[in-house]
Amino acid sequence: MDYFLELFCSGLTRGSIYALIALGYTMVYGIIQLINFAHGEIYMIGAFVALIVAGVLTIYGFSGFSILILAMLIAMIYAAAYGYTLEKIAYQPLRNAPRLSPLISAIGASLFLQNYVLLAQTPDFLPFPQLVPDFAFMEPIAHIIGSSELVILVTSAISMVALTLLIKYTRMGKAMRATQQDMVMARLVGINVDRVISVTFIIGSVLAAIGGVLVGSYIGQINFYIGFMAGVKAFTAAVLGGIGNIPGAALGGLVLGLAESMAAGYISSAYEDVFAFGVLVLILILRPAGLLGKAVKQKV
Amino acid sequence: MADAPRKLLEVRELTMDFGGLRAVDSVTLEVCENEIVALIGPNGAGKTTFFNCVTGIYKPTRGEIMVHPPGGQSRKINGFKPNRVTEMGMARTFQNIRLFQNMTVLENVMIGRHCRTRTSILGAIMRSPGVTREERETIDRAYALLEKVGLVDFADEFAKNLPYGAQRRLEIARAMATDPFLLLLDEPAAGMNPQETRELDELIVRIGKEEGIAILLIEHDMKLVMNISDRIYVMEYGKKIAKGTPQEIRSNPKVIEAYLGEGEEDA
Amino acid sequence: MMASMKRSILVALWFVFLTFPLMVVRVNTLKNTVEWRWLNMVWVFVGAFVLHNLWRWALDKRQKSRKKAELEDGAEADLHIGQRLLQEPKLYRPFLLGLAVVALLFPWVLDVYQVNIMVLALIFVVLGLGLNITVGLAGLLDLGYVAFFAVGAYSYALINQHFPALGFWSCLPIGGLIGAFFGIVLGFPILRLRGDYLAIVTLGFGSIAKIVIENWEEFTSGAKGIANIPRPGLFGIDMSIEGATIYTYYLMVLMVLFTIFVTNRLKDSRIGRAWMALREDEIACVAMGVDMARTKLSAYALGAFWAGAVGVMFAARNTYINPNSFTFMESAIVLSIVVLGGMGSIVGVIIAALVLILMPEYLRAFADYRMLVFGAVMVLMMIFRPQGLIANVRKTYAYRRAERGENHG
Repeated sequence: MDYFLELFCSGLTRGSIYALIALGYTMVYGIIQLINFAHGEIYMIGAFVALIVAGVLTIYGFSGFSILILAMLIAMIYAAAYGYTLEKIAYQPLRNAPRLSPLISAIGASLFLQNYVLLAQTPDFLPFPQLVPDFAFMEPIAHIIGSSELVILVTSAISMVALTLLIKYTRMGKAMRATQQDMVMARLVGINVDRVISVTFIIGSVLAAIGGVLVGSYIGQINFYIGFMAGVKAFTAAVLGGIGNIPGAALGGLVLGLAESMAAGYISSAYEDVFAFGVLVLILILRPAGLLGKAVKQKV
Repeated sequence: MADAPRKLLEVRELTMDFGGLRAVDSVTLEVCENEIVALIGPNGAGKTTFFNCVTGIYKPTRGEIMVHPPGGQSRKINGFKPNRVTEMGMARTFQNIRLFQNMTVLENVMIGRHCRTRTSILGAIMRSPGVTREERETIDRAYALLEKVGLVDFADEFAKNLPYGAQRRLEIARAMATDPFLLLLDEPAAGMNPQETRELDELIVRIGKEEGIAILLIEHDMKLVMNISDRIYVMEYGKKIAKGTPQEIRSNPKVIEAYLGEGEEDA
Repeated sequence: MMASMKRSILVALWFVFLTFPLMVVRVNTLKNTVEWRWLNMVWVFVGAFVLHNLWRWALDKRQKSRKKAELEDGAEADLHIGQRLLQEPKLYRPFLLGLAVVALLFPWVLDVYQVNIMVLALIFVVLGLGLNITVGLAGLLDLGYVAFFAVGAYSYALINQHFPALGFWSCLPIGGLIGAFFGIVLGFPILRLRGDYLAIVTLGFGSIAKIVIENWEEFTSGAKGIANIPRPGLFGIDMSIEGATIYTYYLMVLMVLFTIFVTNRLKDSRIGRAWMALREDEIACVAMGVDMARTKLSAYALGAFWAGAVGVMFAARNTYINPNSFTFMESAIVLSIVVLGGMGSIVGVIIAALVLILMPEYLRAFADYRMLVFGAVMVLMMIFRPQGLIANVRKTYAYRRAERGENHG
């Protein structure tokens, strides 16, 4: 039973990270119908910035909790800046191009960012400092759920609730929903669509950075390539839940995380990634609209 | 119409639902040999959806679409894929022009010949005399059609570079290349100036009367519709509200109400 | 002038800010030391300043050429020099002749190492031409193309282990056919998917192929790979390594020629036109009577066929294969070859493959930056020259009223 609970908790943890990243995919896709292939790289850059900040602060003698907060904040700022710049360079000039163009541009951007980090930092795995302290009150159940896992779950939940509130109640949220419905119309009624798109990229990137920092601290090492797999899986989660659908992304992330964790725990961990892809392919074939998505007829 | 005309297309009580929305509600329509039939109605009446059902792009919720090809076997074509419908002999154009933008004008028409030619992958690689002959025939047919619609001079241009009116005519040529017995035109005059519309008018009549291809068209230009149609069907809110000759339709109170109520069409 | 200067400086400062933690700071978390690379900051500033000016200039130019194109009835009147060269037999014939002589003499002038690299470049030419069918002509973005390459390579290696009697020459077409078979099998479930979903699913297939090869040790020998794969044979004659390399090189040249011949014929045929129509507008394409399933599957199968066949060649050239030769990187490289060369353009793809594969080999300094540059090239090409270096020139056909005569325009 403990083994099952342990798998369950690690599945939830994994899933909530997928969900955090998936939100970025889903929001961007909802608005400009683009798979932002470079989103995983933003997540990776978030983790790297946090690692660097944490490293520097440790050397200058800062203490545990302040490091976590500062590293997280700076990583979020940088991820936002990268997301914003990425959109301006690689996607905005292609707003009216044929569908394949922004997609190829996105793949190019992803390759570029990966190799930029590789060259600027290192091709090797870097040990990531443990930013989340081990809480004393977690002691009795530590074999089932660790402190890091708890922090990940709580942080993701808070982030998702915050995002939902933001989209539901703020002016920008309204503008985002309007743009998602009909970009041309949104522009006609005076919404600055370019700004909405930028904000979407920024929010998505911030969420990805949160995910990156938490995962780095949880797993204990990162390299330039971690964004690739995380990106593909988060995208799977987004599709699973119904792309463009925000609660769907959260649900898809959790389902995928749990399923993966169970499969790895009870079947074999070597084929863990195959399993994720298999889920993706099956969903796209059987129910392309996803768990919570609505089927949309193409206009002829 | 003294002797009973031969039916080509027979649609019975066609219904199409999108979720809760009934876009086409139990519409019955038929097209006979050598006929030009118009389908009119205010925007959003479900005309294009009707077309999409008939040509296999949507699968209708209910109803029956029967095709009686001249010299062929009658078939119910509900749920046929669009390419099968075209192979049966019904070709269409699109309301929002859908040409192959980055192919030449000639190649666009040549695509229409696809379902009437047989060259296989191996054949294309080997290029046997038979394949070369078929290719030659395809080219000649395509040129002949371009001549018909007056686009020979543009044959080597990319389709995207054609002026608007010419693009609409190219769509017609492309559809005709599939050797249809029935041509479905979705708003062929949309966005054309009066001069172009007059030319189109002539073209459609020529196709209908000289080539013996029956035509079913959706159109908003009432002058064009009244000029060339043998019969007219009127749709509103997914339902068929009237049918008859142009004279009958002109004086049909329901039709007048539908259009005046909408207050946007010059009936 | 001042304003644009100020803007460039601001942009440069923005990039200094962006790159600061990654480019300037390097932390060693084990030894607790920080390395500050302030010089990089200067480079970033200068680089961003220059690039921003170039970027603005290029965007301006793009804007202007679009306006001009609209005014001039949209026709792209001024053909690229490369295209003009291609359309004038008097110009390209001597050029081709020269190329043939160079290709023939190449292995006698340069040493085995160079010849070996050239073989690799030619392998990528074939890969590029194959993917060009799927992506360039049919518009189906395939990010897992390397899977078919792997299938071909492993077919040869494994067939050779279990049935050594079959030999290289029977394996070459078998590898191609197995590749095509996989193309169809994988193509079936994803027929209905739209372009972007297709991309991610094929990416998945590519990764799955590698993971399976790595983990299915009884069958594929897993990560340690398969060694002692025989080189292509010539009537059982024993050849020195040098001789074998040169022989492989000539075989590769022949294979490239054959690929060009076949893809070119397909491109200007009923089949090729259907692929392109599918790329341009799927709905219009089926409405004109083209069978979507058959057309898509044939594009997949033919693309995969070349990858499979050249995979056999690859295994024979290396005499050793392991899963690491078949990563997403390879798929990305082939894709950038197609994108850089010009989607659908055969000449463009050949030039791009040679440039992209040979450049990092000869400019060692460049080798590290290779993937960085590839990524940037993909973005920039899409923005500034989506038709590629050498745009696909469409064949034209002569008009004959009643009888005879076709020529190439």
